[in-house]
Amino acid sequence: MQSFPWLTTIGLVPLVGSAIVFALPGGLRHLARQIALVFSLVTLGLVIAMATQFDVSAAGTQQFTELYRWIPQFGVSYALGINGIGLTMVALSAVLVPICVLASWNIVETGDPAADDRRRVSFFALVLVLETMMVGVFAARDVFLFYVFFEAMLIPVYFLIGSFSGPNARYAAVKFMLYSLAGGLLMLVAVIGVYLQGPGGADGFLVDKLTGLDYSSAGIERWLFAGFFIAFAVKAPMWPVHTWLPDAAAQAPAGVSVLLVGVLDKVGTFGMITLVLPLFPQASRWAVPLVIVLSVISIVYGALLAIGQSDMMRLIAFTSVSHFGFITLGIFAMTSSAQAGATLYMVNHGFSTAAMFLIAGMMVLRRGSQRIGDFGGMQRATPLLAGTFLVAGMAGLALPGLSTFISEILVIVGTFSRYQAAAIIASVALVLSALYILLMYQRMMTGPVREPTRVLPDMNLREAWVVAPLIAVIVFLGFYPKPVLDVLNPAVATTMTQVGVEDPAPLTPLAADEGTNQ
Amino acid sequence: MNLILSGTAGAAAQAGAASGVQSLTWLLVGLPLLGAFVLMVGGRRTDRWGHWLAVLLSWAAFVIGAAVFLSVLGEPASERVSVQHLFSWVPAGAFSAEAALRVDTLSLTFVLLVTFVGSLIHVYSVAYMAADPDRRRFFAYLNLFVAAMLLLVLADNYLLLYVGWEGVGLASYLLIGFWNHNPSYAAAAKKAFVANRVGDIGLALAIASMFLVFGGVDFDTVLGGAQQDGLQYQGWMTFIGLMLLLGACGKSAQVPLQSWLGDAMAGPTPVSALIHAATMVTAGVYLVVRSGAVYQAAPTAALIVVIVGALSLLFGAIVASAKDDMKKVLAGSTMSQVGYMMLAAGLGPVGYAFAIFHLVTHGFFKAGMFLGAGSVMHGMDDVVDLRRFGDLARTMRITWLTFGAGWLSIIGFPFLSGFWSKDAIIEAAFVGEGWRPWVFGSVAMLAAGLTAFYASRMFFMMFHGRKRWDTGAHPHEAPPLMTVPMIVLALGSVFLGGVLTIGGAFVNWLTPVVGEAAEEEPVLSVPVITAITLALVAIGALWAWRQYAASDVPVVQPRGSLATVAARRDLFQDDVNEAVFMRPGQYLTRSLVFADTKGVDGAVGGIAGMVAGTAGWLRKFQTGFVRSYAASMLVGVVVLLGALVVVR
Repeated sequence: MQSFPWLTTIGLVPLVGSAIVFALPGGLRHLARQIALVFSLVTLGLVIAMATQFDVSAAGTQQFTELYRWIPQFGVSYALGINGIGLTMVALSAVLVPICVLASWNIVETGDPAADDRRRVSFFALVLVLETMMVGVFAARDVFLFYVFFEAMLIPVYFLIGSFSGPNARYAAVKFMLYSLAGGLLMLVAVIGVYLQGPGGADGFLVDKLTGLDYSSAGIERWLFAGFFIAFAVKAPMWPVHTWLPDAAAQAPAGVSVLLVGVLDKVGTFGMITLVLPLFPQASRWAVPLVIVLSVISIVYGALLAIGQSDMMRLIAFTSVSHFGFITLGIFAMTSSAQAGATLYMVNHGFSTAAMFLIAGMMVLRRGSQRIGDFGGMQRATPLLAGTFLVAGMAGLALPGLSTFISEILVIVGTFSRYQAAAIIASVALVLSALYILLMYQRMMTGPVREPTRVLPDMNLREAWVVAPLIAVIVFLGFYPKPVLDVLNPAVATTMTQVGVEDPAPLTPLAADEGTNQ
Repeated sequence: MNLILSGTAGAAAQAGAASGVQSLTWLLVGLPLLGAFVLMVGGRRTDRWGHWLAVLLSWAAFVIGAAVFLSVLGEPASERVSVQHLFSWVPAGAFSAEAALRVDTLSLTFVLLVTFVGSLIHVYSVAYMAADPDRRRFFAYLNLFVAAMLLLVLADNYLLLYVGWEGVGLASYLLIGFWNHNPSYAAAAKKAFVANRVGDIGLALAIASMFLVFGGVDFDTVLGGAQQDGLQYQGWMTFIGLMLLLGACGKSAQVPLQSWLGDAMAGPTPVSALIHAATMVTAGVYLVVRSGAVYQAAPTAALIVVIVGALSLLFGAIVASAKDDMKKVLAGSTMSQVGYMMLAAGLGPVGYAFAIFHLVTHGFFKAGMFLGAGSVMHGMDDVVDLRRFGDLARTMRITWLTFGAGWLSIIGFPFLSGFWSKDAIIEAAFVGEGWRPWVFGSVAMLAAGLTAFYASRMFFMMFHGRKRWDTGAHPHEAPPLMTVPMIVLALGSVFLGGVLTIGGAFVNWLTPVVGEAAEEEPVLSVPVITAITLALVAIGALWAWRQYAASDVPVVQPRGSLATVAARRDLFQDDVNEAVFMRPGQYLTRSLVFADTKGVDGAVGGIAGMVAGTAGWLRKFQTGFVRSYAASMLVGVVVLLGALVVVR
């Protein structure tokens, strides 16, 4: 398809924005955030325009494809394209970046305007670079290109975590880097390995060329699977390689945590469903029991750890460990409803976690502490912050009527039709999530107004603009998730075919008859 | 099988599309939801008129409900079911669920009860909450509560029902914790939500099993399938039945998930009326009755429903007999009365209609009693201790009369509403073979005596005997906005049961959904059952008279016997929960937090651990780190390309 290069354009716009921000002369540096906001909004507009061109009926195939030889000597191509899952992920990134820019408006306030502006320039330039990387990683259809984006992304993230807040930010950033590096190196080996197993040639790294390979032995496929899977599990983050996340999320500015947990971690689960399953179908089926066990542990473990946290940013990070457990469970349960639930969860979790991190960030900014115990009675002092935080929290505990419920119940229902025990243990999270959210709410928002919190100002207009779109999306997708599911279903169906699995049939013949009627 | 489920078997053909006034059904949910939305988003701007908007929308829902009811009433019994398809809601792979509402005689019964009693409670609250600065927020939550409950009873599939189900949970959380600046009230709200969530696991897994067995979750597929093939998959039917029961126990505060109900009294009193009479606790009974076809195919699960009902019946009555907090007596009473309904629902077709019948009469008399209690609190500066009332009959005439109507109704005084519905359940409990009718019938009968005792004890301690008021108390009657709803509910408590019994009207009305019960005689003859029951009721009431009206009531709570102390402590329910779940859970969480930072992190992140251990080295390491990383990546790429060249 040689039509308009949507994906390249969408990737380039923030990069150009970043260059402009970075090159701002001293006198204009205070405009960095405005410029960043404009560029991220233009990107969002382009993504919306692209989405209107997306052929929903063919959402299982790659669309807006672009293919150029890049390093033909080594089989590397510049190949882009998105199916339904890729589209939702690009859209998620494009929505969250302007929100995070707006939320980070006053980041770095030291009292020295010139110095603040200088550091804001680097902050917003890095955020825009990161957006380019995110679009690239979700759109890459060449394994080598994917790897390049996957790794290059670490650099802006490293600086974003380490340089702008938190007393132990450096430590957290290094920890993030080491974990990602370890995973990345394993993946690097597997990237070479899978190429060697493939047909080779000038475009030998294309995902399409590497799908449906006849591996020389099951052992090799499994080793390659492991290389990719571990890298993605670190990113996801899955138990037991999750420990970098709470530190990173607790130390990074809230806006960065949103991009880190809401989007970057999705690269892990996105890689699982769009690379690992199609490239290594037999090994994936072989690994199902192990992945399911790890997912269930992540769900319960993350939730229990969240209950035990005294730092709200760490708490939110651990809730994500639990939620990512649901996503990986859904992906590897190998039923269409569970995978639809998991991919929908990837979208929903992005919005609900963003709302939680950002509102928590607003409170941290006011109180100067992220310890839950330092708050109390906030509902009286700041009713808007408390109310919206409750809505975000309710999305976190998957309250029906909000978007996350549908994805969570789909994962449970879809998993149950194959792996009952796993689904039953996973459903314990229903209670645990109620505990971690409501305990936090109780300790921070209810009770008598305390002296230090009495005078805190409520949400201002800019902050309301940060939160309102998120809440609107969370509520809307709770009532009407069909537009997203329509895009995801065909992509999931394609994946199921590639892996070679079918949905288990219902037990009763009656239901089977009725199913065909619909 | 003697059960006719025209609402299920082959109902796909029978359930016509909604037309005429029935196509307005969605407004039943939509209007109160709109009210909640406007009041919450509108904020302080709606303070002045917000409560009236909520009242108006709630009554509007009742009017639509009544119009739909009249149009359905005009149709022959077999056609009294229609489904309104709104939109495709969750199409996800093999799974799909519609946003569709089902109007049939069962859902309409609930619609009328919820909107009528709910609207009366709205009106009452206008005056009751007049002095509260957050009255608007209160009405937003009330509207949300009504909307969620209506969605629960109107949903045409279990997934949509689940939305209403948890919506009710959310609304109750918000309302119980309405005064959450008081820490113990905030804790009570959380407790209610968490206990309900334990039940929700049951509902979620039931939905998952339905999809596994039947491939769908709408009522036609599941209930029709259960009726047709259920006996072949008895194991699964039992599992589904038990999971649904778990959900029902959470929402309806039945053993073992009852512990939240007493604490839920933290909410303003109209909330208690709403939770206990029209919404929330009745949801579990609705779920069991609606899923009758599943229980028909799973006798074990049905038996456990009866046992849970019987246990809750006694548990609640015993607790209610010992409490001195007026609202907690009513809470125990609710648990006990819902136990009656649950028991009846577990009996099968013979009990379904009576379970719902008692639910309706209970909706009136319990709401009336709660509003009466609220009126007493209003007149007595929010005192709730029965020992500090006495002789209020003189100063609060209307409250005395309306509460008295509720009292006579709940104890089953002949020919009042509660008499008809409760007597029917006791008779049904005596139907059957073997040991069951004797055990369950006796429990139901004994509980009638206990009910008479605790309800009379409360009534006498409030309105009769010596004045035991605090100094400075000036009891006075409530304003008409409060007394009129109380009077309406009192009239219902007196007459509704009798009216609905004429010609078996209510039972016939429900037959299209719950089926026709086979004619079976109780193991004792009906007059004997009625006579013994009335005798027990008389004994209970007279004993209460002797203890709490004829003789003096000490203002300070006496120590009481071991049994009394146990009942006052809710039969140690919280102690058990704390010992079995809470403390081990806290211990587990704490150890995991410790292990995660020391163990998992340390083991996995050996390198990171080393970094953390040597701070000086760390600083050095960081400054050039990204450069060295970039270098290492470069090396990696070179190695990669080199490897490729070599291999080629």
